[in-house]
Amino acid sequence: MVSANSELTYDSKIEGDVIVTRADAVINWIRSNSMWPMPMGLACCAIELMAVAASRFDIARFGAEVMRFSPKQSDCMIVSGTVTYKMSSAVRRIYDQMAEPKWVIAMGACASTGGMYRSYAVLQGVDRILPVDVYVSGCPPRPEALLDALVKLQEKVKRERSFSKLNTA
Amino acid sequence: MPKALDAIAALRGKWSGVTDRASLDQPAINVPAADLLAVLGFLKQEQGFDMLADVSGIDWSPGVSPRFTVVYHLLSTTDHEYVRVAVDCPSDTLPEVPSAVGLWQGANWHEREAFDMFGIRFSGHPDLRRILMWDGYPHFPLRKDFPLAGVDTLLPDLEVVAETKTNAIAAPMAGGPFVAASGGINMTNAEPRAKDESWNERRPKPGS
Repeated sequence: MVSANSELTYDSKIEGDVIVTRADAVINWIRSNSMWPMPMGLACCAIELMAVAASRFDIARFGAEVMRFSPKQSDCMIVSGTVTYKMSSAVRRIYDQMAEPKWVIAMGACASTGGMYRSYAVLQGVDRILPVDVYVSGCPPRPEALLDALVKLQEKVKRERSFSKLNTA
Repeated sequence: MPKALDAIAALRGKWSGVTDRASLDQPAINVPAADLLAVLGFLKQEQGFDMLADVSGIDWSPGVSPRFTVVYHLLSTTDHEYVRVAVDCPSDTLPEVPSAVGLWQGANWHEREAFDMFGIRFSGHPDLRRILMWDGYPHFPLRKDFPLAGVDTLLPDLEVVAETKTNAIAAPMAGGPFVAASGGINMTNAEPRAKDESWNERRPKPGS
């Protein structure tokens, strides 16, 4: 005989303290609102990245103020600047060292496409070595543009299958 | 009489191979490679040109002989005068001149850069490695026969190559380089698109 499990059925004593939702929604909500960036500052875009983190633009409003210089502690690599071929192996290695889940923002024309450097020495877009989630145009982009990219990345993260993907994997 | 011209007159008396070099600004001389270190040492120790401001290279393009020239810019910090010393590399295929690191420590990285970009070797250099491109890069990018866009080459890290299946590629020039030619030639030939190095279905990629 199957007995009713009182733990999982309606309990008037905890009414109002329980919210029913999907695991994906909770996990993605947590992930997207504490996105710790890996500041891969390679050129002048990094100056704008610093401005984004500083008081005037204040990326803390979007929960991404904890710039970590250790790949182990970061979720989102912001490639801000010109990626030379010589630097590309280091960029890829740091990306590999980041723990899943991880995302990449290509900030500015150089990181997105090579920019004005149609040259023997410059990687023609960081998406040749990394999976990029959000591209930001500009040379360098305004700080607001990077904030917009972060918001777009958060929207993308919120649409992901995180828990259900773990179940099926 | 300016100090630099004095120094050049003194040089002339000691080394017959020293000749005047055409110059629009500071005094300049040509020196045979064999006399280079003696001349530079004389300018530094006897004539007060105590600072080596720059070492650079020139590729006069393939087929021209001498093909490679190394240029030294010396500054006298007491007289505030410059003198330019140029030396032609004796060999066009394996260009080599003596290193000035024994006279100025600062020559070290300048010479490494000239080696990296032009393949000019500096004999006696303590650590002649590439400084801008990665070790193992097979070309000398500032030589005239090297295309601006570059050529297909393996990336420095072979693990990254294996993982990403990508290479250092000839950059898509997209109508560039956007540099107008100087001089009194007609505008059609002077404007940047006349030198279009872009590639598409009809024009093959350079180096392929």
